Amino acid sequence: MTKYTTVIGLEVHAELKTESKAFCTCSAEFTNVPNTHVCPGCLGLPGTLPVLNKQVVEFAIRAGLAVNCEIQKYNKFDRKSYFYPDLCTNYQISQLDKPICLAGHIDINVDGEEKRIGVTRIHMEQDAGKLVHSGATISTSDFSAVDYNRAGVALIEIVSEPDMRSAEEARAYMENLKAILEYTDVCDCKMQEGSLRCDANVSIMPEGATEFGTRVEIKNLNSFRALVRAIEYEVERQKEVLAEGGRLIQETRTWDDANGVTLSMRNKETAEDYRYFPDADLVPVIIDDAWIERVRAELPELPAQRQARLMEQHGLPKYDASIIVSTKAMAEYFDEAVKTAKDAKGVSNWLLGDVSAYLNNEGITISEFKVTPAHLAELVNLTKDGVLSSKLAKKVFTEMLKEDKAPGALVKELGLEQVSDEGAIMKLVEETIAENPQSVADFKAGKDRAIGFLVGQIMKKSKGKANPGMVQKMLKEKMQ
Amino acid sequence: MKVTAQDVKYIAQLSRLIVPEADLEKSTEEFNQILNYADILQKIDTTGIEPTPYVLPISNALRKDVAKEGVTHEEALLNAPEVYNDGFKVPRVIE
Amino acid sequence: MKLYELTAHELHDKLMGREISSVELTNALYERIDEVEDKVNAYVTLDKENALAQAAKVDAKIAKGESISVLAGIPGGIKDNISTKGLRTTCSSKMLGNFIPIYDAHVIERLRADETIFLGKTNMDEFAMGSTTESSYFGVTRNPWNLERVPGGSSGGSAAAIAAGEAIWTLGSDTGGSIRQPASFNGCVGIKPTYGRVSRYGCVAFASSLDQIGPITKDVTDAAIVLNSICGKDEQDSTSLNVEVPDFTKALVQNVKGLRIGLPKEYFGEGIDPRVKSEVEKAVKKYEELGAAIVEVSLPHTEYAVITYYIIAPAEASANLARYDGVRYGYRNLEAKSAAEMVTLSRTEGFGAEVRRRIMLGTYVLSSGYYDAYYNKAMKVRTLIRRDFEEAFQKCDLLLTPTSPVVAYPIDGKMDPLSIYMLDVTTIPVNMAGLPGISIPCGFVDGLPVGMQLIGKVLDEATILRAAYTFEQATGYHKVFAPLGGKHND
Repeated sequence: MTKYTTVIGLEVHAELKTESKAFCTCSAEFTNVPNTHVCPGCLGLPGTLPVLNKQVVEFAIRAGLAVNCEIQKYNKFDRKSYFYPDLCTNYQISQLDKPICLAGHIDINVDGEEKRIGVTRIHMEQDAGKLVHSGATISTSDFSAVDYNRAGVALIEIVSEPDMRSAEEARAYMENLKAILEYTDVCDCKMQEGSLRCDANVSIMPEGATEFGTRVEIKNLNSFRALVRAIEYEVERQKEVLAEGGRLIQETRTWDDANGVTLSMRNKETAEDYRYFPDADLVPVIIDDAWIERVRAELPELPAQRQARLMEQHGLPKYDASIIVSTKAMAEYFDEAVKTAKDAKGVSNWLLGDVSAYLNNEGITISEFKVTPAHLAELVNLTKDGVLSSKLAKKVFTEMLKEDKAPGALVKELGLEQVSDEGAIMKLVEETIAENPQSVADFKAGKDRAIGFLVGQIMKKSKGKANPGMVQKMLKEKMQ
Repeated sequence: MKVTAQDVKYIAQLSRLIVPEADLEKSTEEFNQILNYADILQKIDTTGIEPTPYVLPISNALRKDVAKEGVTHEEALLNAPEVYNDGFKVPRVIE
Repeated sequence: MKLYELTAHELHDKLMGREISSVELTNALYERIDEVEDKVNAYVTLDKENALAQAAKVDAKIAKGESISVLAGIPGGIKDNISTKGLRTTCSSKMLGNFIPIYDAHVIERLRADETIFLGKTNMDEFAMGSTTESSYFGVTRNPWNLERVPGGSSGGSAAAIAAGEAIWTLGSDTGGSIRQPASFNGCVGIKPTYGRVSRYGCVAFASSLDQIGPITKDVTDAAIVLNSICGKDEQDSTSLNVEVPDFTKALVQNVKGLRIGLPKEYFGEGIDPRVKSEVEKAVKKYEELGAAIVEVSLPHTEYAVITYYIIAPAEASANLARYDGVRYGYRNLEAKSAAEMVTLSRTEGFGAEVRRRIMLGTYVLSSGYYDAYYNKAMKVRTLIRRDFEEAFQKCDLLLTPTSPVVAYPIDGKMDPLSIYMLDVTTIPVNMAGLPGISIPCGFVDGLPVGMQLIGKVLDEATILRAAYTFEQATGYHKVFAPLGGKHND
């Protein structure tokens, strides 16, 4: 059987966090009441004209610099014509041949291997409105209603080179890109809500070939999981078509998450002819060096820099650091916690372990996590100082999730302080030796396992509070 | 002939218009008359000439990112041919 | 003299002198409209109630001795492609037959601030596409100089209203001559300002890189007065120029001594009616007598202007008019079973033949495989046309041409589209280069007015106003009134 190489490129649309829309002064804020954040401009009323929001350019430059692009000095806007009811003028204002950013890259790491993925371009454009269907789905609805609240919201489209060779690489690229957009604060990156959207171009070619296969565009990928599953499904589908002697067609398919398949979208007439041409209602945007350098100087710390800092400053392993920086909120939580924590790796262990498990289980993000960084730091310190055993620390953590109390207070309330008092421990040691002569004899006969049993008995008597280290040490001394 | 009746039909479709069969021949003829006349442009050498998408040399007409109150919901829907659930009603989107 | 025969500046003096009130004046205009409108059909919509209410407000201000602008209380008409809040704006199309704007165009805001009176909305070629006003869904406007003739277009209603005494001033819009040509056919003054002088916000777009709003009036003074009101930077239009607007009435001096007037030879050659040419040449002589220097210049790419325009303008229009899909406003076919069918049927039924023709032409020249051969080529030729003017202006201060190669021609003359397009050759290049151009009356042929066009440098409206004013005061063609139906023989 022929072996194939997968070729993937991603087109990512990010809604910008501007106050107002791209070309009119309507609020860009999300609202549930249809057609309330609208004006003559974004309703496409006769006679209205677009005026560009400066912040759109600012954000596009910032995103471009963050992914190592060259910012283009001469910018113009073009009209991309197609008829669809959610598009109020039936053309989208976009940038065709003079995009604001060119030739960038994002570095990814999959299974320990570093790889550089090219960013072809970033351009500015506007979002469309939304269709609300009368029935459950678009195809079962007799009619729909159009809501133009999102119409005209500013977008940037980030187009990658076809440099990815697996679904995991695509996922890593997307995760890194999302983190960058979050760090630079240009997009709120809510994939489920559609503020960050991804289309994947997928093709396969025989291993060793230089010419790419026929490319299929997959739409509707609104989670990392969907991205990975859709690509994996699509690659298998393409292989099957070729194995059966079929021919692939260049088409757009949509990801059906419920059934785990990609479906061919209804072929609209023939190929789309967008009839791009310059939009004479807008004038060119000239970006000078001073503007670019100011934005560059104001760039916040980016995920890669932050990862390096966490490794260097806090001695975190690369794996820990990469996961903590992958979401801005997690990284900020970490930075806040280590201000008072005595053990950075301890904080990392909590975040990567129990905290992540809890968040996943609850289906929430760290921004919604109730335990404060200071409290988590205190918990780490209680363990570090030997006040709590790691087992009891987990118990305290469970209590912290229930009520907003400092771990120190909870430890007292629940009477969980570790007993490190020599007298008290000695009492337990003597008691236990007296009650278990056989085990003492076994130990003296050189059976090391016996000491484990005796320690267990002492811990049981102390309800887990005795300092295990001290118990071990004093037991040994007593039995010598 | 620059365009055929078939081409005219395709252009009409792209424009979301219908040219009735009865008018197709005349439309095609008018189309060709203009396109044939456009041949005179080929006489001009435009090598190295930049197009003029903007008449005047102005740039950076930018506005501050300040959101203003839009129109009321009633005004938005004032001219709507049909309304459904606060939105502009359209017949089924997929045929 | 009837009130409707006077100019804005004359009427302003009468208002200030308490000889008349604005309510009287406005009523006089509506009486005149009642009298002649069934013959002329200059208006699509009238707004008598609001007009009289506004007139009463101005009268109250005058009574209190408050200061008012020159245009305050002076009734005018607005071309029906300019958005007026609450007042139907149809673009003379079935597509917008019931459309009520929810906002005012920038020029309307300015004119409201000056407390002018809006009598109603004037007829035009559908979506400003045409030069006869015959493509209006609301019927053709007839030329008050000869009711069997077209009034020109696309601002035919605005020009005919002036000639018939149905408005003191009007606004038109000019994409390829749509103010100047009807002004010429109706013996009026019409000026297309420099592209960017007047905000296009609220002017229903035909071709965005060419459209410009301007006044049509009885004389040059009124043109300057209306310009003063409507010009200026507008934040809502990216192409609106951020330059100081002079007081244009200051340019109204009778002096052309030493002014270099260029005659582009291409505008006096083949295709021009010799009788029109003769009238314009008389005007040239007059300027010489008045002390101007006449120089011959050449605009070598003139012969390409028409086709260049008929590629660029439809291309822009094809996108500008894509929004008329029956979804948010305007005409909708209610029988359609799907959204796509609804859009196609609404557009096919809502647009007239000329609009459909131009949308399709524009779609074609932008479509894949033809963009470079047509649209991009035309955009390059546009550059050459612009350069022609730049070079010509090295030798002169303004240009003088016939406004149109012909006088008003018969209605329904059954001309093919291309032959009609060819007549725009004298006005189109001015839009291509974004220059200011004015048309003023300069004679008659068979009792029909002949107009001459003065073209200025970018932002130099002042020079063409001065030259126009000097000629007007020296001749007096603006004082000849349309006979309205009778055959006027000079």
